[in-house]
Amino acid sequence: MLSAHGLTCVRGDRRLFSGLDLTIDAGEWLHVRGENGAGKTSLLRLLAGLAQPAEGEIRWRGERISQSDSDYRRDLLFFGHHGALKEDLTALENLEFAAAMDGASLSSEAALRALQRFGLQGREQLPVRVLSAGQKRRVMLARIATRNAKLWILDEPFTALDVKAVDLLSTLISAHVTGGGMAILTSHQTMPIPGGRVVQL
Amino acid sequence: MNAILAVARRDLLMVMRRKSEVLTALFFFVIVTSLFPLGIGPEPTLLRKIAPGVLWVAALLATMLGLQRMFAADHADGTLEQMAISPTPLVMLVVGKIGAHWLVSGLPLVLVAPVLGIQFDLDGSALGVLVVALLLGTPLLSLIGSIGAALTLGVRGGGVLLSLLVLPLFIPALIFGAGAVEAHISGLGAGGHLSLLAAMLALAVFFAPWATTAALRIALE
Repeated sequence: MLSAHGLTCVRGDRRLFSGLDLTIDAGEWLHVRGENGAGKTSLLRLLAGLAQPAEGEIRWRGERISQSDSDYRRDLLFFGHHGALKEDLTALENLEFAAAMDGASLSSEAALRALQRFGLQGREQLPVRVLSAGQKRRVMLARIATRNAKLWILDEPFTALDVKAVDLLSTLISAHVTGGGMAILTSHQTMPIPGGRVVQL
Repeated sequence: MNAILAVARRDLLMVMRRKSEVLTALFFFVIVTSLFPLGIGPEPTLLRKIAPGVLWVAALLATMLGLQRMFAADHADGTLEQMAISPTPLVMLVVGKIGAHWLVSGLPLVLVAPVLGIQFDLDGSALGVLVVALLLGTPLLSLIGSIGAALTLGVRGGGVLLSLLVLPLFIPALIFGAGAVEAHISGLGAGGHLSLLAAMLALAVFFAPWATTAALRIALE
């Protein structure tokens, strides 16, 4: 489904990686590993279409991602180090506006259910600014769950999560992958999700 | 279309939760324009002559105040990345943001301008022309300003650079905006100036969002 061929990433004068090939099909997930500064985040940003590779190409369902943009973006969910949450808005508003900007319909009930599922019951109407770092990540998890995307690209999704939230996220990813979805993750931990392959940078 | 409204509503909601931003620009406009009559003294003919220029320059500077924040917060918290990879084209979301910026920083100026114009002894019809000129001109300022805000995104000391970049581009709006009121006062009629202002606005509505989108993509790489 997603295939990358001969990817080369250059940041400044440094060549982070070159000639990288990878493919991922429905029901698979990739674990991108490497030292700090090896280019994990850069690779994910290339795959998400946020940056252009110096060489090589990325194809989604056989079409280059720069050409089939809106189709690819409908199937894509990307989260980097930032949660893309607005501090002055409530958790519920954050979910609703994010969905509306993507042109997706998300009912308040569905959004509330997702927030409750991730342990934010009673905090739906609080501004995100007063939530703890872990709770903010949980709002992000609710967003992942409410967005119907085929391909998840998550950069360090397990940071700042407690044991229970790590379990919740692992189950979420497992369910997504076994349901025919795809996921590409970076993490320094080993993850208890079956069916993964490792991409070493 | 729904996505444009959603972005605009979100930005307006955030401004309502943190009102200081709107009020700073508005009070800046009120104070700067009030300083001139106080400093120059009560001489109606002179005040009437400088009124259009002073009001317009103050409007330009007041618009500049909030310009840098247009995309900065979205850039810092990752929302801009999400907008760039959203199924909705980025240019639409940019249009929503520019619209919200005008409603917050342009429209209030238009609404208080007639009151401030009284300090300069402008008569009713001149105030009317001033409001129409500002109504056409302030969206133009938001549109041109958005290009500058996107180009200086993430640049250290971007505020000064932004003024240097954008203020020269505001000159045509200043000339025709202030010129419309002057032409009306001197009896020449404001029609020509207003038409040119409207033409520039139409052009900017069409091109500025694309230029801003391209600049934002560069900033994100």
